[in-house]
Amino acid sequence: MTSFIGYGADPRIRFTECLPWLAAIAVFFLLPDYLSLGARILTYILFALSLDLILGYAGIVTLGHSAFFGFGAYVAGILSAKLGVTDPLLLLAAAAAMAGALGVATGAVILRTHGLTQLMLTLAIAAVCLEIAHKATPITGGADGLSGVTIAPIFGAFKFDLFGRTAYLWCLTILFASWWLTRRIIYSPFGATLAGIRENRVRMHAIGVPVYRRLLTAYAISAMIAGVAGALLAETNQFVGLNVLGFEPSGELMVMLILGGVGRLYGAFVGPLVYLIAQDFLAKQFPEYWYFGIGLMLVLVVLFARGGILGLADALVARWRKLK
Amino acid sequence: MSAVLETRSLCKSFGALVVAENINFRLEVGARHALIGPNGAGKTTFVNMLTGLLAPSAGQVLLGGEDITRLAQEARVKRGIGRTFQINTLFRDMSVLDNVALGVAERQGVSRRLWRAASRHRQVREETFALLDMLGLADDASKRVVDLPYGKQRLVEIAIALGLKPRVLLLDEPAAGVPSLESGMILQVLDRLPEEIAILIIEHDMDVVFRFARAITVLVDGQVLCEGPPAEIASDPRVRRVYLGEQHE
Repeated sequence: MTSFIGYGADPRIRFTECLPWLAAIAVFFLLPDYLSLGARILTYILFALSLDLILGYAGIVTLGHSAFFGFGAYVAGILSAKLGVTDPLLLLAAAAAMAGALGVATGAVILRTHGLTQLMLTLAIAAVCLEIAHKATPITGGADGLSGVTIAPIFGAFKFDLFGRTAYLWCLTILFASWWLTRRIIYSPFGATLAGIRENRVRMHAIGVPVYRRLLTAYAISAMIAGVAGALLAETNQFVGLNVLGFEPSGELMVMLILGGVGRLYGAFVGPLVYLIAQDFLAKQFPEYWYFGIGLMLVLVVLFARGGILGLADALVARWRKLK
Repeated sequence: MSAVLETRSLCKSFGALVVAENINFRLEVGARHALIGPNGAGKTTFVNMLTGLLAPSAGQVLLGGEDITRLAQEARVKRGIGRTFQINTLFRDMSVLDNVALGVAERQGVSRRLWRAASRHRQVREETFALLDMLGLADDASKRVVDLPYGKQRLVEIAIALGLKPRVLLLDEPAAGVPSLESGMILQVLDRLPEEIAILIIEHDMDVVFRFARAITVLVDGQVLCEGPPAEIASDPRVRRVYLGEQHE
């Protein structure tokens, strides 16, 4: 699952790791009509990347990750709509800081538990955040959502346009920076420690690792990245709705990551891409039954490709090499 | 001689079940000490109390004279207690190198670093390879632990503990489950362990115990039955009774 990290791993970037970025740049030039969808996919890739850090590498199972995504979105939205802060980079920084703080506060509680208790606590935190956003109508807009979000041009020069060109490139830039950061973390001694905790927590205690503190650090970093993803969504949509919080977006995110492959870094790229394109396509073709297609896809992956689409690809490449 | 590890009136009970009762034990500097006893005597419970995995119901654990009874497991490791487990407790899907390097990195204080790649930490790699070389595992460094024969997996257990540079090493049945062809390899390693480390070995295999230990403590029903040099223990009628039954007295 994560054999490429650790003390024997070569941290240099491989050619195959450049492919997603080349593809993303190609999309900008070749599919100009799909840039709004593209920006949404890039945002969800970032969100999935944050989940992969804790689920795939540290083994923390959560169904409440949308709390950070939604919190980030609302922080950016409220700062812009209510307080007039419109600088996109400043909004991302504020969302990261606030989501990180929420990560520390909630992680301090949930990471003291394991298994089902932990899972239920993460769900509860997401539900509480949803309910606060729902009831605090004067600040969040409640069920109507938060409108009036205005975003200044990026660095005072690049205005968000109707075709989503700026939004796409902005999301791509932030995703690239976050990917680079996450990749460094995963390859670092800290990343190896997280993998160790996931593999065998008892042994990590026995070699003197302060497991709780390490998990809390990872959880806070993951919350920050999720918060940035949420803020990106607020900036590109210029609206924040309640659908960014609660169980549904958390569950959906986990489905995306499982589809792509958990604990592989690039599963977070493949999963949201396949899921959101399938969702877009199926919703147009079968407006009433599109969830059936998503469900079928998940069943097939869970039954026949335990490592997700990337796991299946790995297995096929290994078989091909063996035949050769 | 001075004791590096000592317990005073150590007790542990789970409800009405008493698994350790008033254990007074001393492990001298550089000791080769064995803890033996029949199944269910409380040997692993005793070791778990020494390492901090289990909190004693009463009594004290002292390391180098310092009371560590209330310290967490991590803090005890930092002060010099290393252990192996009776049942392999390894990072099964990780390489042999990573299994050992994780502990070495923690001890060197680099494992919280977020930026530089793990493999670029030369000091960790060099120390880990030296250790693997000493235990005859250097050729297996890049193999996944799960792909190693069981005997070598037991060696990885010992390597992880040695990577912590312990003052006290607790070996919980290091040769358990190892086929006889591979157990020689374990015995050789035990013989070569650094003299300055005080070692407490829990073992059922009496060949291993009598070859390795210079002192033996016999634990029965959570209590120390007797203690002494191997020859004395071997001829003690109470030990014979415990191990062989009444008719062999």
